Amino acid sequence: MGSMNVFDVAGRAMSAQMVRLNTTASNLANARTDYSSKDEAFRAMRPVFRSVVENNLATVDVDRIVKTDAEPQKRYDPSNPVADKEGYVWEAAVDETAELIDMLETARNYQNNVQVMQTAKSLILETVRNQ
Amino acid sequence: MPSLDQIFALNGGALQLRGQRLNMLASNIANASTPGYKARDLDFDLAMKQTQNGRPLDQAMNDHTGYRIPLQPSLDGNTVELSVEQTLFAENAIQYRTTLSFMQDQVSSIRRALKGE
Repeated sequence: MGSMNVFDVAGRAMSAQMVRLNTTASNLANARTDYSSKDEAFRAMRPVFRSVVENNLATVDVDRIVKTDAEPQKRYDPSNPVADKEGYVWEAAVDETAELIDMLETARNYQNNVQVMQTAKSLILETVRNQ
Repeated sequence: MPSLDQIFALNGGALQLRGQRLNMLASNIANASTPGYKARDLDFDLAMKQTQNGRPLDQAMNDHTGYRIPLQPSLDGNTVELSVEQTLFAENAIQYRTTLSFMQDQVSSIRRALKGE
């Protein structure tokens, strides 16, 4: 890999935040879905960030995406079509409040990186034009 | 008569240091939510002093780069505080622009002298 510049730093950070936003969207889409067993119940996904350092620059990549170990909740709902023999269903293990907060943080971090890029761009253009 | 390199040494060096500091602060902002990431920064004043004593720029930069001490440490070991980083980033951008305009003034005065206006 060649040398990184400030645009790579901000760009890759934005990609990482985008992956995070996608996992949040998946988690929220699957919230409040019911399953007939604990094993097949949906568990929230989370990206694991890892910084990539090169010289004086450090950007961030998504190392992997993990499933959280939150436990699906059992609910008695015999009229539900996916209920098991005893009439129980398992709800997807998604904390909607936490997901929404995570979404806000993701959006803010993304915006910050956009701002960094804009500032760096205008400084470089001013330097290159030099009257 | 001083060479052009000598004329632009001060502002040129300052501009390079400002550029490097911009990169460092951008890295901190990029890693705002990376667990365990330690924010770094360049002490511009000390690095600038060292380059004025005739030291190479890279060495001055490495000597005066340090880790940020967080105001309030977080549980995941990340020491990036966005309010701090954003303020310093904006400040550094303004200082870069200021140095750049000093340099542009130098260039235009040399140009004026050459034209004999």
